[in-house]
Amino acid sequence: MRTAEALRMALEALRVNRLRSTLTMLGVIIGVLAVVILVAIGTGAKNAVEKEIAGLGSNIILVVPGQVGLGAAPTQSRLDLTDVAYVRRVVGDPSKVTVAVNSGESVRVGRNEVFATLTGTDENMQNIFDRPLRRGRYMTATDVDTRRRVTVLGSEVAGKLFGDVDPIGRQVTIAGVRFRVIGIYESVGSTFGVARDQEVHVPVTTAQRLIGLPRINGIAVGASGPDEIESLQHKVVAALDARYPDEQFSAVTQTQLLGTIGTVLSMLTGVLAAIAGISLLVGGVGVSNIMLVSVRERTKEIGLRKALGARQRDVLWQFLIEAVLLTTIGGLIGILLGVGGALLIQALSPVPAAITWWSIALAFGVSVGVGVFFGVAPARRAGRLDPVVALRSE
Amino acid sequence: MTTEPPMTSPAAFEAIGLTRSYDLEGVSVDALRGVDLRIDQGEFVAILGPSGSGKSTLMHLLGCLDRPTSGILRVGGVDVATLDDTRLAELRNQTIGFVFQSFHLLARTPALDNVALPLVYRGVTRSERRARAEAALKAVGLGHRLGHRPSQMSGGEQQRVAIARALVGDPQVVLADEPTGNLDTRNGEEVMNLLERLNADSGVAVVLVTHEPDVAARARRQIHVRDGLIELDSRSRTAPAGDATELDSRSRTAPAGDVTEGDAG
Repeated sequence: MRTAEALRMALEALRVNRLRSTLTMLGVIIGVLAVVILVAIGTGAKNAVEKEIAGLGSNIILVVPGQVGLGAAPTQSRLDLTDVAYVRRVVGDPSKVTVAVNSGESVRVGRNEVFATLTGTDENMQNIFDRPLRRGRYMTATDVDTRRRVTVLGSEVAGKLFGDVDPIGRQVTIAGVRFRVIGIYESVGSTFGVARDQEVHVPVTTAQRLIGLPRINGIAVGASGPDEIESLQHKVVAALDARYPDEQFSAVTQTQLLGTIGTVLSMLTGVLAAIAGISLLVGGVGVSNIMLVSVRERTKEIGLRKALGARQRDVLWQFLIEAVLLTTIGGLIGILLGVGGALLIQALSPVPAAITWWSIALAFGVSVGVGVFFGVAPARRAGRLDPVVALRSE
Repeated sequence: MTTEPPMTSPAAFEAIGLTRSYDLEGVSVDALRGVDLRIDQGEFVAILGPSGSGKSTLMHLLGCLDRPTSGILRVGGVDVATLDDTRLAELRNQTIGFVFQSFHLLARTPALDNVALPLVYRGVTRSERRARAEAALKAVGLGHRLGHRPSQMSGGEQQRVAIARALVGDPQVVLADEPTGNLDTRNGEEVMNLLERLNADSGVAVVLVTHEPDVAARARRQIHVRDGLIELDSRSRTAPAGDATELDSRSRTAPAGDVTEGDAG
C-alpha cells in the first residue's frame, strides 16, 4: 500500500468521524495556539525593551555611586561637579561626559501645572544620549556656566503646559522659580518606566541651586565605539575608586542591561512556551486516547482489512497516518489561529506581540511529533491484531 | 508483493495432519485434532458441522488467517509454515477471497470502494482498481449500485457486494463462511445461485462453511466436521470426480439472469 493511499484512507476516516476528529484536534489546536501567542508576546516584550534601551543612544556608560542591582541599598551620592571634571580628564574627551541631577518638581504655566522630572544636565548631554530636538536649541556651556534659568522641555510636558501655543521664549515656573523655555525635545517614549517625555532639562548648576544640594546623581560617558566600552567602563570606575577609596562606584552599559534583561525575558518566553507546550502534550494524550478508542471501535474493520490482505505495516501505517494527520491539521489550524490572535493582540492592545518563525516551526514540529509519538502505540496495537479475533469482535 | 503462486499447483488446499489447539486460561483445547484434506482447484465444497465442531477453525486455517499448531497446510502449493505474517497476508490477498456471514463491508464506504479494497493492498493504481471493482460489481448484478453505501442496500445486495469483493482480486478460492446465515430464504437462494454460477463460469473454487444442510446440499462435495476431525467426506480422495452430477444439474437450473435481476428493488 502506498503512502498516498494511506493518506486518502486516513482523511476519509477523519471525515467520517468529523465531530470526534474536530474535538481531538481541539487539544492540539489550543496547545499550538498557546505556544504561538505566548511566544509572540514574550518576544514582543523583549523586542520592546531592547528598543527602549537602544533608543537611549549608543555606547553609553552610566556611572553611579554604590551598587547597581536588585536589593542594592540606595546610596547617597557624594559626587559633585569636580568629580565630573575629574572623569572628563580621565576620559580625555570632555564632550563625551555629561552629568545628571534629578528631582521631582512641579512645573507651572499660569493655571496649568504638571509634575515633572527635573533633570540638571549640561551642554554635552546631546552628544551622548539620543535626544533630538523638535524646536529651539539645546543648552550651551554658557547656560551651564552662568546658571541661566533656561529649560528644554520634554514633549509631553510642553504639550500639557502650552497646548497649541509655541512655548519657545515663554516662561515656566519650576519649583517656584521662573525659567525661559529654549527648546522642546522630540517624543522618545519611556525607558524602564522612566517617562522621558515628562522630563524638564535645566543647566546642572541651576538645578543644584534650585534643589539646594551641590551633588549630582550620576555621570554618563559616551564611548567612541562598542569596542571601547568595556575598557572605558573599567577605567572610569577605577579612577573614581582611586579618588574615593571608601566608596564604591558602578558603571552600567547598555550591553549589560540588554544582556540581563534579554536573559530574563528569554527565560520568561521559554517558561511561557513550556507551559503552552504542556497543553500541547495533553492534546497529544487526547489523540492517543481517541486513537485507542478508534482502534477498538474499528477492530472488525481491521480484521477485515487483514483478511483482505492488509499486512501488519499497512494497518499500522494507516492508523499512524491518521494520528499524525489529526495533530498536523490541528497544528496548522493552531498556527493560523495563533498568528491571527497575535496580530489581533498587537493591533488591539498595548501588548507588543512579535510572531517568531521558530515558535511556528517548533509548534508545528511538536504537533507532528506528538502525532507520531502518541499514535505509535494505538497503531501498533491495530497492526498486531489477530485477524480471527478481530473479525469475531462485536 | 510476492510472485503469484505457481500455476501448476495441483491443489487449492492440501492439509496433512492439521491440528490447532488453543490455550484457554492455561487449559489446552484442541479445536482440530488431525485433519487430512485436499481440495482441488475449481471444486465446490461445503464444510458442515455443528458449532464447536472445528469447522470455523478449519476455515480460518484454510483462509490463512490463522496458523496450524502442527501438521502441514499448503495453499496453492505453498506451505504456509514457510511464510512470515507479511507473506501470509500477501498470499491471502492473492489467492483467497472471503465472504462472511455478516458481510463485513465498510459501512460508510461506497460499494465500489468496498469492492476495490483488496486491490489497495496489492498496490494496484486507483483507476485500475475502480475499473476492476466496477466489472466485479457488474458480474454480481450490481452495476447500478456502484456509489451506494451498504446502509442503502438490502442484505442480499450487501452480500453480493461482498462476493464481488471476494472476486475482484481473481482468487483461486472463495471461502464463504455461512454466506446465507444473515439472509432470508430468497436472498440466500440468490447468493447461492451466484456462488454456483461463479464456480461454474470462472472456475474459482468455492469452499462453503455452513451448518445448514440445505445450503450444504448445493455443493458438489460435503465435508462433515465433528470434534475436530473430518467425520465424513462425500468424495473419497481416490474418486475425485465425485457424485455431484445431480447437484451439477441443479445449479444449471438457476439461470444467471435471475441473479442479476434478483432483488434490485
